[in-house]
Parts: sequence; structure tokens; C-alpha cells
Amino acid sequence: FILIQNRAGKTRLAKWYMHFEDEEKQKLIEEVHATVTVRDAKHTNFVEFRNYKIIYRRYAGLYFCICVDIGDNNLMYLEAIHNFVEVLNEYFHNVCELDLVFNFYKVYTVVDEMFLAGEIRETSQTKVLRQLMMLSTLE
Amino acid sequence: KGIIANTPKRLRDLIREIRAAKTAAEERAVHHLNSNHTKKRHHPPSRCRNVAKLLLYIHMLGYPAHFGQMECLKLVASPKFSDKRIGYLGAMLLLDERAEVHLLVTNSVKNDMNHSTQYIVSLALSTLGSICSPEMSRDLAGEVQALIKSNNAYLRKKAALCALRIIQKIPDIMEMYIPCARSLLNEKNHGVLLTAVCLISQMCQLSPETLNHFRRLVPNLVRILKNLIMSGFSQDHDVNGVSDPFLQVKILQLLRILGHQDSAASEQMNDILAQVATNTETSKNVGHSILYEIVLTIMGIESESGLRVLAVNILGRFLLNTDKNIRYVALSTLQRVVQADYNAVQRHRTTIVDCLRDTDASIKRRAMELCFSLINGQNIRGMAKEMLSFLADCGSEFKADCCSNLAIAAERYAPNKRWHVDTLLKLLAAAGNHARDDVVVAAVQLISEQSAYQAYAVHQLFYYASQDFSQQPMVLLACWCIGEYGGGLFSDCCADGLETYSAKSPEEVLGLLEQALLSSQSRQSTKHVAVTAVMKLSTRLPHQEQQLLDSIRHLAAYHCTSSQLELQQRSVEFSAIFRHHENIRAALLEPMPVMEGRAESGRDLPAGSGAAAVASGDSAEVGDEVAAAAAAAAVAATFESLINFDDSSTGGVPNATIGLPNAATNSSSMLATNNSNSVAGPLIDVFGDLGVSEPAPVSEASALPALPPIASAGIAGLQLSLAGSRQQSNNVDLIIRAVNLGDTNMTNFLLQAAVPKSLQLSMMPASGDCLPPAGGSVTQKAVVTNPNGVSALCGLKAWSGLKGLG
Repeated sequence: FILIQNRAGKTRLAKWYMHFEDEEKQKLIEEVHATVTVRDAKHTNFVEFRNYKIIYRRYAGLYFCICVDIGDNNLMYLEAIHNFVEVLNEYFHNVCELDLVFNFYKVYTVVDEMFLAGEIRETSQTKVLRQLMMLSTLE
Repeated sequence: KGIIANTPKRLRDLIREIRAAKTAAEERAVHHLNSNHTKKRHHPPSRCRNVAKLLLYIHMLGYPAHFGQMECLKLVASPKFSDKRIGYLGAMLLLDERAEVHLLVTNSVKNDMNHSTQYIVSLALSTLGSICSPEMSRDLAGEVQALIKSNNAYLRKKAALCALRIIQKIPDIMEMYIPCARSLLNEKNHGVLLTAVCLISQMCQLSPETLNHFRRLVPNLVRILKNLIMSGFSQDHDVNGVSDPFLQVKILQLLRILGHQDSAASEQMNDILAQVATNTETSKNVGHSILYEIVLTIMGIESESGLRVLAVNILGRFLLNTDKNIRYVALSTLQRVVQADYNAVQRHRTTIVDCLRDTDASIKRRAMELCFSLINGQNIRGMAKEMLSFLADCGSEFKADCCSNLAIAAERYAPNKRWHVDTLLKLLAAAGNHARDDVVVAAVQLISEQSAYQAYAVHQLFYYASQDFSQQPMVLLACWCIGEYGGGLFSDCCADGLETYSAKSPEEVLGLLEQALLSSQSRQSTKHVAVTAVMKLSTRLPHQEQQLLDSIRHLAAYHCTSSQLELQQRSVEFSAIFRHHENIRAALLEPMPVMEGRAESGRDLPAGSGAAAVASGDSAEVGDEVAAAAAAAAVAATFESLINFDDSSTGGVPNATIGLPNAATNSSSMLATNNSNSVAGPLIDVFGDLGVSEPAPVSEASALPALPPIASAGIAGLQLSLAGSRQQSNNVDLIIRAVNLGDTNMTNFLLQAAVPKSLQLSMMPASGDCLPPAGGSVTQKAVVTNPNGVSALCGLKAWSGLKGLG
């Protein structure tokens, strides 16, 4: 799953690629928040969590977390997070947290462009942005 | 609170309101109101979208919004694109596989997938990818397949990943997608390639036949990879100067899967791997991720050794990097590699040792584990020093593990015994209260084996214990050793000509033991051992001064009224020895023989941890008054033989006194079979069939068979049966039942038992000491504590002042 949370623990975006019950989802969200916010800059960006791994990166007040299997390549997903954030930046023109809040459905579209079914789908920023432009003209 | 309820709100206003709500209660009120009126209203179509957005927002914040599902479905069915978009988004968020409602979506999805506009199709595909269920997948698999072949690259990508999801749900459908997947590989479009590789990886993971099928594609993959690196970079896909790292990594992963345990495929990959490894720029994280993947791949396939060395060197370089992420990754991989390529990893040992000092706990843990795997005969001294200093500084969660591991390593590779003893002692001193009991036991065993160093060890222990009393394992060990080898303390000790330890006076020693007994810092186990040690000291004193003996007596009796059963029992019994059995005190408290090595007792019960470690095996606690003076002489001999049965190598000549060792051998073999069967059954017969021995015409003792609860035949006189039951993981309760089969009265019946030093035995009072003839019985309960999982051997002797027996 992919999770964006702010420091206080409010979810800005949650995209689940596996099936969980609602209470489980809430619990997971809280657990992730508890695990990730206590780690400061001196810790590594990877955390072992139940039988998965969480790869997270902090940008200003937001934590972008991706939960992957143990066997996946940590560093690559770290890059994927960065890629994603850059796309968001381009799309919203210097994105800030409020942008994510007020346009959350658009953020979901971006997520869907880049990740699908739990895997990375598209890595080229220009292509993604082009698609997004077209989509917004249809609105 | 001041909210006008009736007009449907725009999303922005809602959000603003929610953010303005200062307390959780206000927020909830806002939500409640909004949910209510979204439910009730029948909205005109133009508003539907807003409503849906509100719902989604509410959902994202965690509030239940499932009433919105029908709204979403309505939206999905509408022809307008924007409606559809929100509808699908809602569907993805609010529905999941298990809800029945989502079946309704299937139809809409199907129609949409055949739509002419690619965007709508893509929406449908995304939804399918996120929430499909097995039934849905079955229905729609055909459509997805058609789309994989479509002309539009954008759609192909999505379709491929959908296929991935479908395959995950229903592995059987895989064959449908194999041909299309192959053709996808010939794409130029990176995105499609990426998804195709994902698809193939998934297929290969799921089924071995597809694996073989795709092995033929290895040359293609290699070619693609080569093109990626060589052909400059396409502006679109590069990240910080490395061309499409994601694709590279995925291809490498696939190569790993394909090359695993297949040397032909691995051959083809060797070159390209080396090439990629050397060409990738490593200044950024991106390069590192590729290198990491390469290392994993090299380890996963059958690569030649040069390549492996390259991989290990890359990992070594990672370790030197300042970025913690990279170091962490390197350490975990090295841990996996060290089994296979031991020597290569050794070269990086110093770097790993440096990592021990890092501030991050997970790095420290990994470094510690890695260090332990790297210890061998050559570097044991240096490494031990490092580990000891690490132990002193590290957090408490590491201490127990580090301590036990270091003890094991020391045992395996110790260059000489003196060093071994030293290290174990320092280990205990550094680990403090976190040391596990098995370390203490190992120390005890070691010291008992090394008679040359016993005096030295005792002096050291005395010093440590008097320095810092709060470290319980150390104190426990010290008390036990003082008890056993206290004689060494009373004279100067010069160990290997290095230092001289001055003699301690008996008062000092007793003072330490007294402190152990009385202090509130002592654990129960320490007190047990201290009491026993005090007793043993009484025979070891150089001069048997009455005053010293009196103080010992006083100390022994101190806990006679203690509320702890074990402590009280020991105290009382020891006082009884003083009071009644002065003459045999010396014999009772003789030094113990060398403990049998752990290697011998290969038959281990499942080891329990904790509980009283070392016990008083030698002074078998006599449950009752010893019978007569005539018996007293026999006792000494009896105890000798009881004690010596550890060396249970004597074959069996069934005989009164020697019957016991024989019995012991047999019992141990029976024990092995018993142990393998019994885990926690209520009635475990711990003592198997001891050899039947003939009744000996000896007045006191007859070695008797102890049996599984079936009667033994053919023994005139006495029949003993044992029934055992496990109380906790460490204790076995034995009920020993002696039945008098003869026809004479047996009076003054007494049962004795002895166990090896690592076990504890306590006998409860017998039900009587008179066995009336023909079937009268006496039962006695004994508790055996087995904290270390050493196989339980027990010798039993029963004797009585018989009038009739020979």
C-alpha cells in the first residue's frame, strides 16, 4: 500500500493494493504513523514492519510511505517515491500540503498513472504529465 | 455549531470547515451533518459529483462512508467522463473484493473497456487492476487480453499490469497471456517494457513451466539491457543521469529469476552483469540501487567466482559509504552472502567492526550478527576484545544475545583455557544482569573441567563479586565456585606467574556469602546457591575452628523460617545435618567430580530457560532421618557410588552397589526414547526400565529396578515404581512407590536418590517408613528440576533395616 501522512498522523492519501478490513486499515495507519514519526534523520529509510518493509521519505511535513515485500529492492522504491513527488511538483506547480488536501482526487489519478496493481507502471515524468494534461482537458 | 445544514456543500467548503474545526468533537459533528444530508437528498446529476467528492473525502479521513457506494455506481454508469472518473475513484476506494456490490461494477467495466475513448478504457483498467476479485477476473480476462494487443501503448501498459493482477488472483489463466507477453518484450516503449517484465516475472514466480519457457528469452533481455546502457539516454526516462533505472532493475530481477540454478542461462548473463556493474555511476542513490540489484542477482544465479568477488567488493564499497541506507542494505546482504563466500567477506571485517559503533540500532544489530558469523580461530582474540567493548556500551536489548553468542564463540575457538576462563568472566562482568543462564552454566562447566585454573578462577570471582554486587549471574557463579573450590581461596594463588592473589581469610569469604544470603538484591537462585556454598565451605576450611563453624551454622539456619520453600528446605536440612549428623558431614559435602561435558549429553530435553541454575547434586537431600548408625557407614559408600554413576561406562554386573551405574546406562537409553516421545504429557515416565538386578543378600541395600508403571517380576522383596509428571517445563514430579512383596515386615525403610549436579532433587517426606508385608506400600514424592535440559539421570537406592532379607 501507499500512504501519505502528515506529521500529526492525518492521512492525505491512502492507496491499498491488498485487501484489508476497515479496522485493519485504521490500525495499520496508526502503526505506520507510530513507527515512522519517531525516526529522525539519523535512521535509515527502511523499517521492518510485520512481515513487510516500509520505505519512507519525509518531505517537509509529509511522510510518503510505501509498503513492499521483503524481497524488493529498497533503493529502487526510494527512487520511485522521489519520482512521484517530482511529478506532483510539476503538476501542481510547487506543490504544498494544501494542494494535496484540496485536490485529493487528482492526486489519486497521478498515483494511478504511476503505480498500478502494486507495481511501478510508468517512470517517465514527461509522459505522465502529458497524460494528466489531457485528462484535465476532458473535465 | 453554526453550520447551515440544508444546502449541499461544495467540496472546498467542507474541507475548510473540517480544518477549522478545533476539536475532534466539532469535526465529528460536521461529518455527521454532512453525511446525513448527503444520504437523504436526491441530488440532481450535476451535484452528484460534488456529493461523491464529499463522500470520498470523508472516507479518506477515516469515517464510514459506505452508503455512498450506490452513488458511485450511478456515477460510473453515466456517460460523462468526469462523472465516470469520480465514480471509478469512489469504487476503488469504497469497494473491495469482498463486497457484493462490486459485482455490479463488472458490467460497467466490461462495457467501458470496449469503449472507443482510450481514457475511459484506461479508467476501467485501473479499476480492474485495483479491486478485481477472482470472479471478476474470470469474466474480464478475455477483454484484457485483447487490450494487450491493442495499438495504443498507453493501454497496453495498463492492460499488462491488469493481467498481472489477474494472474495473481487466478494462476490458472496464465497460459492465455504467455504469447502476448513475449511479443510485448519487443517493444521500444519503456513503459510497456517495464510492465511486460513485471508480468513475466510474476508468471515465472508462479509456475516453473513458464520459467523454462521464458529462459529462451534471456538473450533478448540481455540485449535490451545493453541497449539501455549504451545508447545514451532518452530524456524521458533518465533519473539523474542514469537511463531508466527502474527498467534496469526490473530486468535484473527477471534475470535473477531466470538464471536461478540454471547454469546455461547464467553463462549468458555473466558478461552483461559485469558490464553494468562497472559502468554504472555510483555517486547517486540511483546508481546504488542498480548496483544492489546486480549484487543480488549475482548471488542468485550460478555465477563464476570472479563475479562473486566483484559483488562482495561492491558491498564493501557500500559499507564505506556515509549514507546509512546503503550501509544497512550492504550489511543485510553480507549476512546472506557470508555462508557462501566466507573468505571474501573476511576482507571487509574491519569495516564491519566499525559499523558496530553506528548510532542506528538496526545497523548495530546487523553488524553484530555479521561479526559473530565472521569469528574464527585466527581472529578470535581481536574480535573478542571488540565484542566485549561493544557489549559494555550497547543497549540492553543486545546484551543477552551478544553475551550468549560470545560465549559460544569463545568455547569454539578459545586459544587456550586460561584465556577462555578470563573471557567468560569478563563477559559476565560486562553483561550484568542480562546474561542468560546458559552462559553461567557454561562457565560452571568450564571451571569444573579445568582443575589447574580453579583457584585462579575463584580468586577472580571473589574479586568481581565483592566489587559489584548487583550483577546477579556473576554473584551466583561466585557463590557456587566458592562453595566448591573455596579451599583455593585460603591460600595465595599465583596464576601462570602473572599475578599473585593474596589469601582471603575465612571471615572475608563468609562475609561475602552472608551478604549474598541476606541482601535484598539477591535473586532466589543466588540465595539457594549461597546456602549450599556455606555448607560446603564448612568442610573446606583450613582449620576447623569452632567459632567459624558456629557462624556457618548460624548462617545456614538463617532461612529456616523463610517463606520461600526451596530456601527454607535447604536451610532446615542443613541445620539438621549439623545437629544430628556431624560425623558424616564431611562425607556428604565432598567435592563434586568433573561435570560431564555438554557434548556427551546429546540427549537433551527441550531446554527451558531461567530457574535455578546450579544445584546441589552431591548432597542429596535426605528426606528423612537416616536410620541407624550401622547404616551410616554405608551411606558414605553409597554416596560415593551414587555420585560416581556419572561415569556410567561400567557395563552392568547386576550387583547391589554397582547395579546402579548399570541402571543408569539403561535408564539413559530409555530416556532418549522417552524424551523424543514426550513433550508435555501429563504422565511421563522419566525413568525407563532400569536393568533388573538380582536381589543381593545384603542387608542394607538392594539395587532395585524402577519401572514404568508395570510391576517387575521376579524380584523378591521390593518393587519400586516411578510415575513422573511434568509440572512445568523444568520440573518433573516423581511418585516413587515401593511395594513390599515379600512377607516380612520392612522397617525403617528409606529411599534415596541422587542426580547429577545439573539437576536438583528434593524429596518430600515419605508416607511412612514401615512396609507391611505382602503389598503394603510407601509412597514418596520427589521433585526433579532440570533447568538445562540435560538428560535426567537418577539413581535410586532403597534400603531398610531388614530383618528378614538375608
